[in-house]
Amino acid sequence: MNDLWTTFSTAIAQLLSGDPELWGIVGVSFSVSASALLIALLPALSAGFTLAYFRFPGRWVAISLLNSLLAVPTVVVGLVLYMLLSRAGPLGDLNLLFTRPAMIIGQILLCFPLLVAMSLSAFQAADHRVLETAKTLGASPLQAFVTLLFEVRFALLAAVVTAFGRIIAEVGSAMMVGGNILHHTRNITTAIALETGKGEFVQGVALGIVLLVMALILNVSLGWMQSHSRVLRHGT
Amino acid sequence: MKHIRLPLIPTLLAMALTFVSGIAMADSIRFATTTSTYNSGLLDYLLNHYANVSQTEVQVISVGTGKALRMAENGDVDLVMTHAPSAEARFIGQGFGIEPLGVMYNDFVLVGPKDDAAQVSLAQTVTEGLSLIMLSNQRFISRGDDSGTHKKELQLWQHLGALPSFAGYLESGRGMGHSLQMASELGAYTLTDRGTWLALKDKLALRLVLETDPRLLNPYQVILVNPVRHQHANVKSAREFAQWMVSSEGQGIIGKFRINGEVLFVPSAL
Repeated sequence: MNDLWTTFSTAIAQLLSGDPELWGIVGVSFSVSASALLIALLPALSAGFTLAYFRFPGRWVAISLLNSLLAVPTVVVGLVLYMLLSRAGPLGDLNLLFTRPAMIIGQILLCFPLLVAMSLSAFQAADHRVLETAKTLGASPLQAFVTLLFEVRFALLAAVVTAFGRIIAEVGSAMMVGGNILHHTRNITTAIALETGKGEFVQGVALGIVLLVMALILNVSLGWMQSHSRVLRHGT
Repeated sequence: MKHIRLPLIPTLLAMALTFVSGIAMADSIRFATTTSTYNSGLLDYLLNHYANVSQTEVQVISVGTGKALRMAENGDVDLVMTHAPSAEARFIGQGFGIEPLGVMYNDFVLVGPKDDAAQVSLAQTVTEGLSLIMLSNQRFISRGDDSGTHKKELQLWQHLGALPSFAGYLESGRGMGHSLQMASELGAYTLTDRGTWLALKDKLALRLVLETDPRLLNPYQVILVNPVRHQHANVKSAREFAQWMVSSEGQGIIGKFRINGEVLFVPSAL
């Protein structure tokens, strides 16, 4: 601890040595967050599209509710889900508490409002003529929707990256409903919380590095794709 | 109908994932236990040995005693190992748990800053030590998390006649490891179980200031969830594991566990 550099270099050595326990923990994080994102993605995009293109009573209430949900702390989501999934709760018979599916459900709840809100603004920012043009050219509603999705693909990709970043970095819900069980529900963030409690900063730092590198790769590739497409569009 | 169907989809997918992730593969039990036994490494050591004699996978959830008992009360785990005798007696008396077995004990110690500004090391009893900290208004880190250690600490203050309210009394609300680190950073005193202290002391700017008062004894019990209240509880496998812990084999392993050559827990079942 008094030697920051030693901690960092030991952490990197531990990562490079392919420590199976360490990488197992990383695997839990990725499989849980990727599952949550995949499950939430389509319903969230549909909801964002509906809110952007249809006017219906209660629309502004839905949008306000959505924006409020963005501010809900992850531990609160974890707590509510814990009470629902506990044996003493209404969904106790599903036997999901302290399992990966419970963590996935928690992360779906966390990324859904974010995906809806970001896709909503992406669809709103898109040129409204895209849909009409596609339709006049004889596209079915589904084809027109796909055309629109393609038009706003970078904004949607940014939404996906942001949502993934939020859920893979969250600790509150994963700790509460996952229980931090080794080989089952111990992910990067709950392991960091545990290891720092044991005074084992090296493994905490190693796992932190994985998160940071992942965030860098995702965001740099997103940035590269966006600038690359702009160059194409301007014909240089 | 649509608003009913939507939340069902993730639920169904999640249930499918349960099967894929292989949880149903082998017999397993959920074991809620305290941070003191898990963070010291005892549980990993014990479970490595248990894997040699049993097919049952023991899934450990490490939380404070209060929360562990709450999990057992709700039927979210199959057995617990905790260290708060009065809370355990209440838990069993209310019919939430059965077959309590004393497994081992260690003791609590008072640790504090290297210079021991309150001169606690001159005290004869823990009550005297705590009053020295309070009267000199030194900092004291309380766990404040309803853990076994926190319950013990509150009992000890009770002997002084009142709960502490001096300015230096701080609640961390965190596990033993975090609380010790906080005490180390703030130059504060704290009450800790000896196991966690021995496991962490090389990383802390603290020293042991008071020990071996009979009031500081710290017994651990394992208790099964009452199957009458929770039919789904895997009591059979939980009982096997509990019986193994108090068997001569399990007790021998607990007695052999050491950190830097020091014994952390004393087996008490034989």
